[in-house]
Amino acid sequence: MLFMPFEKIRPEHAPLVGGKALSLAVLSQSGTVVPGGLAVTTEAYHLYLKASGVANQIRRELSRRPVDQMRWEEMWDASLRIRNAFLKAPLPSQVRRSLLRTVRKRFEGRPVAVRSSAPGEDASGQSFAGLHESYLNVREAEAVLRHIRLVWASLWSDAALLYRKELALDIEKSAMAVVVQELVSGSRSGVVFGRHPVRSECVAVEAVHGLNQGLVDGTVAPDRWTLDRRSGDLVEFHPAEREAYVALSRDGLAVRPLPKIRASRPPLSDADVQRVYTQAMRLGERFRKPQDVEWTFRRSRLYVLQSRAITTGNASEGDKRAWYLSLRRSVENLLQLRDRIENDLIPKMDAEAHRCEQQKLHGLADSELLAEVARRHHRYQAWLSRYWDECIPFAHGVRLFGQFYNDVMQPDDPYEFVELLSGSGLLSVKRNEVLQRLAARVRADKRLLAALERSEAPAGQESFWADLDALGSAFAADVGEAVVSSEGRRAISALLVQMAKQPSAKTSGPRRDKRILEKAFLAKCRGKKRKEAEELLDLGRASYRLRDDDNLYLGRIARQVDIASDEAKCRGLKLPAKLKENLAMRPTGGQQHAVKPIAQTVSGFELQARQLTGQPAGPGLGAGSARVIRGSQDLFAFQSGEVLVCDAVDPTMTFVMPLAGGIVECRGGMLVHGAIIAREYGIPCVTGVQDALDMVATGTRVQVDGYLGIVTIG
Amino acid sequence: MTKKATRSAGQVDPLDTVRRLLESQQVAVLATHNQGQPYGTLVGFSVSPNLKSLFFATARTTRKFTNIVADDRVAMTFDDRMRAAADFYEAVGVTASGRATEVSKSPRSANLKRFLARHPHLEEFVLSPNCAFLRVRVEKYVMVRRFQEVIELVVA
Repeated sequence: MLFMPFEKIRPEHAPLVGGKALSLAVLSQSGTVVPGGLAVTTEAYHLYLKASGVANQIRRELSRRPVDQMRWEEMWDASLRIRNAFLKAPLPSQVRRSLLRTVRKRFEGRPVAVRSSAPGEDASGQSFAGLHESYLNVREAEAVLRHIRLVWASLWSDAALLYRKELALDIEKSAMAVVVQELVSGSRSGVVFGRHPVRSECVAVEAVHGLNQGLVDGTVAPDRWTLDRRSGDLVEFHPAEREAYVALSRDGLAVRPLPKIRASRPPLSDADVQRVYTQAMRLGERFRKPQDVEWTFRRSRLYVLQSRAITTGNASEGDKRAWYLSLRRSVENLLQLRDRIENDLIPKMDAEAHRCEQQKLHGLADSELLAEVARRHHRYQAWLSRYWDECIPFAHGVRLFGQFYNDVMQPDDPYEFVELLSGSGLLSVKRNEVLQRLAARVRADKRLLAALERSEAPAGQESFWADLDALGSAFAADVGEAVVSSEGRRAISALLVQMAKQPSAKTSGPRRDKRILEKAFLAKCRGKKRKEAEELLDLGRASYRLRDDDNLYLGRIARQVDIASDEAKCRGLKLPAKLKENLAMRPTGGQQHAVKPIAQTVSGFELQARQLTGQPAGPGLGAGSARVIRGSQDLFAFQSGEVLVCDAVDPTMTFVMPLAGGIVECRGGMLVHGAIIAREYGIPCVTGVQDALDMVATGTRVQVDGYLGIVTIG
Repeated sequence: MTKKATRSAGQVDPLDTVRRLLESQQVAVLATHNQGQPYGTLVGFSVSPNLKSLFFATARTTRKFTNIVADDRVAMTFDDRMRAAADFYEAVGVTASGRATEVSKSPRSANLKRFLARHPHLEEFVLSPNCAFLRVRVEKYVMVRRFQEVIELVVA
């Protein structure tokens, strides 16, 4: 059975139709007013998964590396690729025909909601709200079918992967049912908590003008009533600043300013509040547990949209998953973040780093120096916390755009969208352009080249030295030196000599014509969607660029802490124990790795990796001698054409990246720093190769397959 | 269907994975060659506790035996396929390469005892006069797991 109308669903159908569908069916059969609809069964899901081959793609994604060891970003990557597989693979024709006929007959072109209904979710007694997708205002039968596939795909969303243990996520056993339900375009909506989250003797009612979505995703602040549970008497009323409401638009939802007349009064009258309260109490009795109920009023009719038993949060100490989920931001929220980061955070971080760089530590008395170390550490901590609160969530702009792009274009490569974001002026790329220009001068001037090779200052090249020193300062700031040292100058000279000797230096820039791609993308978005597309593209570009820049600025400040504490060490000063401990806790980019033997001998066998797998992060094939980066001395030794192997690309490495024949990074993700830069330069890159540092030795020949995500050693 | 011992998630010691795979299987593919033409056959096998020797039996009239007499270089492949699509990502495959020689079938041979303990139904076959008992001295194991991850274990 591919689908079941609410009227026919019985409790024993729970594994077929999922918790949400069953609860809606029970409500409607017991006389509660519920928008009518049907459930697409888990049987349809299984049929599709098998016939389309998507099951195997899921297997492949989840076997790249044990899910337990995946970073959040890697989970996002895996789920993005899985989602794309669902988008690309059509329904088997028999299933398709049958669903099209049913949807057309039942809804006759009226807008519907397509919602997830995962079996077992309610039974587990835990709240997993928000892990799976739901879509409102879907209008045509074809679109309904596409959204059913998207809801199926959300069984494998990054959030679901994060909670895979609690969900008992398993390719063979897990399945997703889908509710397709008439959309009630209510004028006032909200949620009633059958038991107040804090005051258990009370009931809480929250209401907004317009659709419920505004309340649920936090865009619209609700009016809030607290009532006595037993009597229904009003205990407290908190009006909201009523400014906006969510309404149906041509293809989706829109946030609109609230007309004055509606803004002047609460969404609910006292009598309405009582009706909502009574409904919640009745449902609590029906299900024998206090319920959270979503509802909406169309004219004077009260519809129940969803009812589920109240669950308490299951976050424990140290569980950062909730924080990760909070990274999914709305466009409005991201626009605000962008403004803050570009106009406040970045200029201030720059100023902070600059101030430190200008300060002459030698002139400070010992006690002043110790105070300065503490001050810099304190400032760094403050910036780090803003980095987590603002910069990391802002990176979600890239994902938001990526998802939008994939929905519109359904490309073969789920990362095609990155082409549109790249070349948008990354700071490290700009710096490298200066480096390229200097290299071109060296290439054209044999005397200059010879002088640099002898580490001499060539006469009559003042402007060249000025440029080199300017670049040197940036580099010095990255590697943690107050001024351009002779070593730094030598390192950059050596780099220039190498670059000059390369016949054609790699230049940054997308491999395909970005403009053609952009045109094709925008041409597919018409009307209001066009504006949304442009807005998201712009946001995506800013997010992509800042991902690189904010790293660099934070790195500069971090190094100023090191410079001050090194100066203190040089003077033989003792740092206060607490400060010393704090400094030791601070991660310093990829330089703290203990060197393990490459070939391990176990019980008479010598173990040697031949091929390691990670994620394909920069397309292309590369081969060369490996250079394992554990510290800045490895970086200075970097030779043109070598394959850069590191824990995580940090700002100090971006200087040598244009010279690299390939990049292998232990940290995973398509959008980690290294992957972004690699794509900019068209360098084959594999990320998420967990054991790379232990398994690859400097000097070993390695091949980097950036298409499949494979590193072959020897 | 039960989950096999070798298929546990997470980073398992490669040598341990090889040991568990070899202990879980009865039959392997033996590869020999005849003047450069590869030839594969199924054989029942046993393994020494240190994993450095593999044992199998064959009649002296077989192609594989003739091939080995001409060139003692052989390979043996072990895997835990379950004949399902999931095999591509979940199955572990191990290939041993080394050299094969005929060894004694003395009833006191610990190697023979171990082989027969594993394949009791082969006793009559193994002990028949025309059957040879062979040892492969392993030079290297190559293990493939998670579709593309390859680790070599070379006898030190």
